[in-house]
Amino acid sequence: MKLDMRVDPKSGMKPLIQLRFAARASAAAPLRAVLTLVALGIGVAAVIVLTALGEGARRFVNAEFASLGTNLVIVLPGATETTGGPPPLFGTAPRDLTLDDAAAVARHPAVRRMAPVVAGAATVSFGARERDTLVLGTTAEFQHVHHVTMGTGRFLPPGDLQRGDPVAVVGAKVRQELFGNTNPVGQWLRIGDRRFRVIGVTSPTGRSLGDNMDEMVVVPVTQAQALFGVSSLFRMLIEARGREGVPDAKAAALSIIAARHEGEADVTVITQDAVLATFDRVFTALTFTVAGIATISLLVAGILVMNVMLVAVTQRTPEVGLLKALGATARGVRSLFLWEATLLSLMGAACGLAVGYASVAGIASVWPTFPVAVPAWAAVAAVVVAVCAGLLFGVWPASRAARLDPVASLERR
Amino acid sequence: MTAGDSGQGAASGGRAPLIQLTGAERTYMVGHSPVHALAGIDLAVEAGEYLSIMGPSGSGKSTLLHVIGLLDRPDRGAYLLEGRDTGNLSERERAAVRLARIGFVFQSFHLVPRLTAAENVALPLELAGVAPEVSRARALVALASLGMEQRADHRPDQLSGGQRQRTAIARATIMRPSLILADEPTGNLDRGSSLEVMELLEGLNRDGIAVLVVTHDPVIGERAHRLVRVEDGKIAADSTRTPP
Ligand SMILES: Nc1ncnc2c1ncn2[C@@H]1O[C@H](COP(=O)(O)OP(=O)(O)O)[C@@H](O)[C@H]1O
Ligand SMILES: [Mg+2]
Repeated sequence: MKLDMRVDPKSGMKPLIQLRFAARASAAAPLRAVLTLVALGIGVAAVIVLTALGEGARRFVNAEFASLGTNLVIVLPGATETTGGPPPLFGTAPRDLTLDDAAAVARHPAVRRMAPVVAGAATVSFGARERDTLVLGTTAEFQHVHHVTMGTGRFLPPGDLQRGDPVAVVGAKVRQELFGNTNPVGQWLRIGDRRFRVIGVTSPTGRSLGDNMDEMVVVPVTQAQALFGVSSLFRMLIEARGREGVPDAKAAALSIIAARHEGEADVTVITQDAVLATFDRVFTALTFTVAGIATISLLVAGILVMNVMLVAVTQRTPEVGLLKALGATARGVRSLFLWEATLLSLMGAACGLAVGYASVAGIASVWPTFPVAVPAWAAVAAVVVAVCAGLLFGVWPASRAARLDPVASLERR
Repeated sequence: MTAGDSGQGAASGGRAPLIQLTGAERTYMVGHSPVHALAGIDLAVEAGEYLSIMGPSGSGKSTLLHVIGLLDRPDRGAYLLEGRDTGNLSERERAAVRLARIGFVFQSFHLVPRLTAAENVALPLELAGVAPEVSRARALVALASLGMEQRADHRPDQLSGGQRQRTAIARATIMRPSLILADEPTGNLDRGSSLEVMELLEGLNRDGIAVLVVTHDPVIGERAHRLVRVEDGKIAADSTRTPP
């Protein structure tokens, strides 16, 4: 009989058998298992729910902006100070934006539509009812640039920029407050000391970001200028030819204004894209931050897994001694305990996923307008971090088990 | 009489003995004073021998068994198993030898409480990477041969002491070892179960497996063919009994 001392790397416990052994070991200590599952589950669920809320906020803002139009270019009078260099000492007062400037920009081929805007607060009254509201002076183009939908009647009629009849379009809320059940179309409305005939009512938007049309009254731009006693514009809204046309439209606006303002482009051009991108970055950063914070709870759970596994090693010390006496190697013992940690982590992650997704579904049903959504990366990251934490924090207890002296372990009672 | 010139050793001619311990020492430090658990053991055991090791408590019997079973290493002296020096075996090699060549039977059975009898018996096969169906089939055969077929799917807490030890014996033999090491195998059993267990071990010995039984019960110990007495970590007596 030859003493067989060869070590066949392929022999040794099969992974599936190790897994089964580990599963039964965890099942035999339900309290330990449940503790781990809860801790890891909470961590994973926290990551899922918090990132879903962050992603929801991002999508919400995105959708709000998209409804305002993503190929929008806004021109404001006055250059921003962000271009660098000290502000000029002389001639600091920016030139006004005028209707002529607006008309010149509107003629550029990169500009599909242009709506000049004059805005101010005024008292609006119908009969005995009155309220202070925002009055917007613009043109027919505004309807398309700003995606205004009409409830009844029609928007401002197209026509000469410099001429405008005394007509007004009222927002849904203004209509309700001033007219009640009376059909406002055809009625005469008083704004300040001027009279306007109502030609339409915009449909309620319920929009919370950007300008809320519900609480506005829209009149032709020249009428608003006369009303407020100004000859300048509050801003210019430009619709570029598609999203790709935005840089061209922006460059066109800057060069035309510069040409008309003695070589100085004393305006600020804001693109919706840039604003949107900023918000997008802010919310993405927020989501990542929140995910990071939630990940800390996973690491805490990992420490709990470590303690649970240390207790398991202590309780099963005689079993480790037996396994070694039967012929298990240190490495074999270590992988048994690592399997157990992995298994617990996986199950914890699965519980967390289930709870997390269920909570997100709950939020979605309670709050249907909020586009809450679990980002795929967050779900994957939560599971990966949970399992890695379990495995990482399982290494030390498992190695401790592997290093146990078989004789001392067998005699431990 | 020393191990070197025992009758069995002479009978096997030039072949290396199964176990050859020369000058084996094992010292524990308890505080600052050394405890010589093994204080120079010379022992040779041939394949297929049936040997009992007796002696007072604390005399080093268990330590001797652990050294022979490669669970412990002597601090000094040499240990040859089947003619090969075990001193330079790695941890993995020692584990592999335990798995393939040595079966342990303990006083406290050491069954895994959550596993059934059959699963406990199959453990060494699973450690060896044998397919689960094969492991189970072989475990069932082993249990049946010990009269345990009705108890194969019972957990240890559903078994009597005698049944537990029979399960442990089935586990110790499932890899067909050349050596069974039993440390007080009847220590937790009543007289009837003790005799049953001893008869099982003796049956294994008749099949050619060497059996080393540590006991302090003379009735059990004197059933062996060779009686070794250990005192203070040394072999105090070594006598061969003519089998009846
Ligand atoms: N891990 C240990 N640490 C210190 N002393 C030990 C240890 N194991 C055994 N001993 C001592 O070694 C001696 C022999 O022990 P052991 O082999 O268990 O004896 P037996 O099995 O004959 O009762 C005893 O004095 C015991 O106290
Ligand atoms: Mg002992």
